[in-house]
Parts: sequence; structure tokens; C-alpha cells
Amino acid sequence: MVKKGVQAAKYFYIALIFIFLYAPIVTLVVLSFNASKSRAVWGGFSFRWYAALFQNSEIISALSNTLVIAFTSALVATLIGTMACVAMNRMKKLPRTLMMGVSNIPMLNADIVTGISLMLLFIALHFSLGFVSVLLAHITFNIPYVVLSVMPKLKQTNRSTYEAALDLGATNLYAFRKVILPDIFPGVLSGFLLAFTMSLDDFVITHFTKGPGVDTLSTKIYSEVRKGIKPEMYALSTLLFLSVLILLVIVNRRSDKTAKQ
Amino acid sequence: MNNKRQTLWNHLLATPYVLWMAAFIVIPLFFILYYGLTDADGRLTLSGLAQITNPVNQKALWLSLELSLVSTVICLLLAYPLAMILRSLQMNSTSFIVLIFILPMWMNFLLRTLAWQTLLDKTGVLNTFLTGVGLPPQNLINTPAAIILGMVYNFLPFMVLPIYNVLIKIDRNVENAARDLGANGFQTFLKIILPLSLPGVISGITMVFVPALTTFVISDILGGAKILLIGNVIEQEFQILNWHSGSGLSLVLMVFILISMFVMSKYDKEAEGTAIW
Amino acid sequence: MKTYFIKTLFVPLSGLFSKKRLTSVLTAAALLTVFGLGLSLLSGCGKEYDLYVYNWGEYMDEDVISIFEEETGLKVSYDTFDTNEDMYPKVAKNAVRYDVICPSDYMIQRMIQDDLLAEINFDNIPNISNIGAQYLESSREFDPENKYSVPYCWGTVGILYNKTMVNGPIDSWSVLFDEQYQDNILMQKSVRDAMGIALKYLGYSLNTTNEAELQEARDLLVAQKQSGVVQAYVIDQVRDKMIGNMAAIGVIYSGEAIYTQRENSDLEYVVPKEGSNVWIDSWVIPKNAKHKENAEKFINFLCRPDIALKNFEYITYSTPNVAAQELIEDEDIRNSSVAFPDSSVLENCETFQYLGEEADNLYNQLWREVLGE
Repeated sequence: MVKKGVQAAKYFYIALIFIFLYAPIVTLVVLSFNASKSRAVWGGFSFRWYAALFQNSEIISALSNTLVIAFTSALVATLIGTMACVAMNRMKKLPRTLMMGVSNIPMLNADIVTGISLMLLFIALHFSLGFVSVLLAHITFNIPYVVLSVMPKLKQTNRSTYEAALDLGATNLYAFRKVILPDIFPGVLSGFLLAFTMSLDDFVITHFTKGPGVDTLSTKIYSEVRKGIKPEMYALSTLLFLSVLILLVIVNRRSDKTAKQ
Repeated sequence: MNNKRQTLWNHLLATPYVLWMAAFIVIPLFFILYYGLTDADGRLTLSGLAQITNPVNQKALWLSLELSLVSTVICLLLAYPLAMILRSLQMNSTSFIVLIFILPMWMNFLLRTLAWQTLLDKTGVLNTFLTGVGLPPQNLINTPAAIILGMVYNFLPFMVLPIYNVLIKIDRNVENAARDLGANGFQTFLKIILPLSLPGVISGITMVFVPALTTFVISDILGGAKILLIGNVIEQEFQILNWHSGSGLSLVLMVFILISMFVMSKYDKEAEGTAIW
Repeated sequence: MKTYFIKTLFVPLSGLFSKKRLTSVLTAAALLTVFGLGLSLLSGCGKEYDLYVYNWGEYMDEDVISIFEEETGLKVSYDTFDTNEDMYPKVAKNAVRYDVICPSDYMIQRMIQDDLLAEINFDNIPNISNIGAQYLESSREFDPENKYSVPYCWGTVGILYNKTMVNGPIDSWSVLFDEQYQDNILMQKSVRDAMGIALKYLGYSLNTTNEAELQEARDLLVAQKQSGVVQAYVIDQVRDKMIGNMAAIGVIYSGEAIYTQRENSDLEYVVPKEGSNVWIDSWVIPKNAKHKENAEKFINFLCRPDIALKNFEYITYSTPNVAAQELIEDEDIRNSSVAFPDSSVLENCETFQYLGEEADNLYNQLWREVLGE
């Protein structure tokens, strides 16, 4: 009896937190179906914002900017980061600690400071703020995530196999590809996905390093906050949210199946 | 010969990142240091740093510290029981936690915060509900409480997950042994679970505290610009081109971040090198 | 700050990346990539534009831009700012290059002083003849030779109030300091506008540099905030909040009055009897513009009567384009005292002047003290 009560209380608490976490999301989803333009008035159920979304070139271009910046920066960061990891793994302790220390700065520092410092750099170099400056900034804060994902995997790899390959006449590249890469690949991949996510979600650093004509979803939303969000934005985020939800469910389902087999 | 080739290869691999770090991490920070310690004519001065003694800025800093501390405490109070419950339910942790905590993060954080505006507004969802059941409408939006709510909402996962991760690693046998030796539930918690989960709690605290301290977006959206936090001050300084005072204030802010980082690293044994999966 | 992400969120997530699941994760990543690349091909991102426009938020009918793009074949990048003070540093620091910008009077004066603006070649703007002579005349206050600017919109700053939520008609700034409107007043989050209102109410010039007068204005605004009447300091949000009945009184630019009344008939706009600010926003071309000729083409396009009319109907800000004024079909609007006020309303109104760096810093400092209170 008591045990049942405790169990119920536990689920009740989880439910409360769940409501807290999802209330705003439900709100956004509901708003995306609101026929009225105003957030304050319910004007009936409608799909008009979904139709309008694909007509709105500004939002579509912000979305594509966001994805392209996320993809490119994650790719470059993965490349540079993985190379650096392989090198660091063979370094002496002091240079390695130093490198790791500097590498962690963008992760540990406040976003606002990182963003401003990069902005100051670009302006001092008369580098005009725009797509490229945002991309460079994103690569910068993405590399540490790749390093942190790849490094532990690399430590687990067996160094003597690699050296044996070299002794047997394999080139560095060949040995890397055949011996090291397969082992660290999950780390590289998760580093890439992590970098992709971080880039997707960033607002503050983009805010300080962006220029005219370049908006990501975050900066677009921020500028709309002040003058009233366009309902198309709710429609877009509902779609994004649903696609991630579906993707996660599929990944989980499929992996459960493979696990059972 | 092999060694020589190896070193060369190594240098080749490390060079891009070393250059990258120098250009985009180290040099930019020196810019902040430079602007923070000089005036418009390039003379060395402490006036940038001294901006923090300006009563308005000082008030903003104290308020930020206060709000972020309160949010951190609330996060801890909400998260610890939750982590304990999640542990006791022994679910398929991966999919459950991914679903419950990570999914909201895929909706843009500005939009999620903005949704709270809709919920808390004067004629918003909550107040409509309150008046609907015959209660007086509450003044919710544009108050410090709304900002705290925004912080708790956005940073709660960062408190739950580290605590949960530490808790699930605690061996059940240790707990059982304590019980066998006559400890009651409360004693077991106090003597076994709590001390063992402390690293998770500490990292959770710093993880919530630092972003809450430096935010300017949450206060902007949920505070109606009536409440000035240190992040807002810095953002505005750069907005009106006061790079010197803005950088000076950033340097002051970094002191607090450094303190949190230091505290965290003390408790953080798996900082670098251990495999996380 | 973000190591938490690795160690917390990522530990549970990493379960997804085990070798068993690799195929599905790879499929997901590949799908995302294809999606992203497809989209980028569709919209050609990171591309170069032929014209970079920098305008106030909600200050142009987006169809107007599409028509311009269609007619000229030029690709337009359109960015917005919230206040003159936000816009200025971006242009001044040379960090970004816009081709055509729409600042207000006093800011144009400052930009001319700071040598940031290029002289407009009026040979490329024959449609300037549609602009009323009186507006070019008043532009001389900030652009003495009419060399740098082409008027776009003009108006006043006043009070928008909800008739059902206030007692009797309003005609004075004093309501903004009336304690019966607890948490019901929306103020402008813009330094000159906010300080200007307080100065006008106190009977001073809104261009004063007298420190005592400014401090009095600051004290008034601080007292206003402390008394709890201010619901929020906002800019463009005044409009939505007033339409949604979320506040009784808001400080707003005259151009929003017609639009908001259309959406919510309880709203009324008034220029207080103590006087206010009368302003002109004009198009200028910065010195560092890369596409000056396209910018002139754009300005000329906006001065075309049919385009100015279309724009006016969307943004409802008073247009100095006399030819467009005559085209307005709705008689109520053509004769509206809000859209086109007669001179008696403007008697006590002043135009903002640029007051120099020192006064600017003083204004900013005092305004910060209000916000930080």
C-alpha cells in the first residue's frame, strides 16, 4: 500500500517536471496553428502559417544558413580536431597539457566574452563581418567538442599495432586509415554531431560576429522578438522539433531491434 | 629515421590547430585584455576595470549574482530528487533521458524562452487560467521571478544530468551493505549516497551558475528591460561602442568564471582522458 | 562553461553511437547532410547581394522589395535595426557595409559630422520631385544643403492609449507618471525618446545639454519606474501589446497609430500638449557603400508615387511623398490628423539635434541609471 503510494508520488513528481519542461513547447506548437497573427489572441485553428512558411524566403534562407554553417563548421572542426588529437596523443605531457588547456577556453568561457573577443579581432583586422566570420567563429568553438570526443577514444587505441604497421612499411596515412581510424571512428562521429548541435543552437557568438544579410535562425528570432515573432517561425520550429523527435524514435527503435538480434 | 619521420608527421598534424588556436582563441582574448586596460588614446588605465565600481554596474553585478544563485539553488532542489527517482526506477536510461531532457533543446532556446512570455503575460495563458477558476490574475512577467524561472527552465537539464550520472554509478551493494549494518534509509542517504554524489552536485552547480550569471537574453525577453543584469550591461556597452568599459567589465566577469572553473576542476576527476563511453 | 554538455548530456547520448547503432546514426547524419546541402543549393546561401539595405524594424512592405528585385534583377539583402543608437556603431566601426540606411534626423547630422555619408547623386533620383518641398526644407536642419538624404517618413512621438482602460481623454505626458496605471504603461527603450519625453514634460527643450535639467529628467524617470507604473521598456512591441490589450498606455511613433487602430478600435493616439518630438527618417548612403548606384536606384524607386503609396498603406507612417498622398483612396486616412497633422499640433514639437559626444555620453549614463534602477 505504502509502496504503491510512494511509487505514485514518484511518477507524479516526474510528471510535474515533464509539464514544466514541455509547457513552452506545447505553447509554441499550439501557436503555430493559431490563425491570428497576435500571440495574445486565439483566432481559430489553421494551417496558414505552414503554407506561408515556404513562401517566406527570409526564414528559409536563415534555416539554410543555419544548416550550412552548422554542417561546414562541424566538418572543418572534426578534421582539424581529429588531426590535433592524433598529434597530441603522441606529444610529451607539457605541450599536451598546454594545448588542451588553451583548447578548452572557448568551452569554459562565457559565450558573451568569446563572441566579443572574436568580434574585436575581426574588426581590428578590417575583416568585414558576414558569413565567413560567423563560420570561423563556429569552427573555433566547435573544435574543443571534437577534441573532447576523440581524445578518450584515442587513448584506448593500442599504440603498438600502429607502430607495427609502420615497421612493416605502411605509410603514416595508410596506417592511420587502417589501424587508428576504425577504432576512433565513433568518437569522431559523435564529435561531429555534437559540434553540429552546438553550432545549431548558438545565438550569442553568432550575434556578435554576424554581418548584414547573414542571419541564422537564432539571430533571426532574436531580431523578431523585439518587433513581434512571425507565426511562420512557430511553424518552422514545430516542424524541426517533430523531425528530430521522429529521427530519435527511429534511431532508438532500429538500434533496439539490432540489439535484440 | 622512423622517429624523425614520425615527429615531422606529428608537427604537420598539430600545426593547423595550433595556428587556429593562436589566431582565434589567444589573440582575441588579448584584445579584450588590451581594451579592458587602456583608454581611448591607448594609454594604460584601470578605468575600464573601475567601471564595476559605478553604482549602476555594481548593482547589476550583485543582482546577477543573486538571481543566478537563487536559480542554482532551485535547480538543485528540483534536480536532486528527480535524479534519485530516475535512478530508483531503473528505466532504460538512454532513450528515456534523451527523450525527456534533450528533446526540448532541439527547439531553439530563444523560442522556448519566448514561449514563457506567452504563458506569463498579463493576458497570457496562466492568467487566463487563473481568472477562469476565479482567482485574481498575477503579475508574473517582467519581474525578477520571471527571470529566475527562465534560468531554471533553461539550465535545469545541466543540473539533473550530472547528478544522475554520478548516482547511477553508485554500486547498489554499497547501499545494501549499509542497510545490513543497520543504517536506516535516511542514514544511508546522508552517509553514503550524498557524499558519493557530491562531484555531480558540484559540477551541476557550476554548470548552472556560470551561464545564468552571464546571460543577457533571458533577462531581455522575460524582464521587459526593466531588470539590468551584468550581461545586459556588457552587451549595451558594446552596442554604444564603449569597448574599453565593456572589456573591463568582461574581465571582471571572467574572474567569477575562473573561480567557478577552479572549484569545478577540484572535484572533477574525470576531466580529461577517461573514456566516457 | 560548456563542458557540462559533454559530460552530462553526452554521456547518455553516447549510447546512441555504439558500433551497433552506427548504421542508423550514419543514415541519420547522411539524411541531414543531404537535406542541408539541398536547402543551401535552393537558396544559394552565403551569396553576395547587389544591394544591402539597413532599415528600422517593420518599416517597409516586403513586397516592395520583391517588386524592386523583379524590376531591376538586383538581389537585395534587407536588415533591420531597433534604434539609431544600435545602428550607428555598426556603420561607424566599418564592421559591416550597408549600401543604403534609414536613420533619423539627429543621427544623420551626426553621421555627416563624422564624415560617414556619401553625397547622393540626384541625377539618379529624378523622383525626388515627388517629395514635398516643405520636407526638404525641414531636412535642412540636419542636412543643410540637402546633399546627403532623401526623406522617407516623418511623424511625431505621442501616447497611444486604450479608451476602455483609462479615465477620460488624455492630452498630457502627466499620465505616464500617474500611479493609478500600475504596471500598465509601456515606455520606449530608446535613450533620446525616453529622456525627451521627461524633458518635455518638465518644460525643457529635448535638446538640452544642461546637466541639472537632464538629472531632473533622470530623477523623474527613476521615480516613474519605482512607482511601478512601467510594465516594460520596449520598442516595436508596444504595437502588439497595445493591440492585445496588455497595457493601457504606450509611448509610440505616430505612424503606428493608424495600424493599431485598424486592429483594435479602442486605441487612440495623441500628441501631448506639452509638445513632443517631430522627426524625419531619411535614406542616406554611407561612404563605404559598395553599390552606390544600386542604392540610388533603390531610393529613386521608393520615391515613385505608386511604390510610396503601397508602402504607406502597409507601414502607415506619414509619407513626405506628396504625389503618393494624393493617391490615397481612403478619405479618412488622407485627411487623418494623425497621419498628416496640421501645424497647430506641431507647434510645441522639436526635432532632435545631435548634441556631441560628451552630451551623448551623459545621456547614455543617465539612461543606464534609469534602466539599472
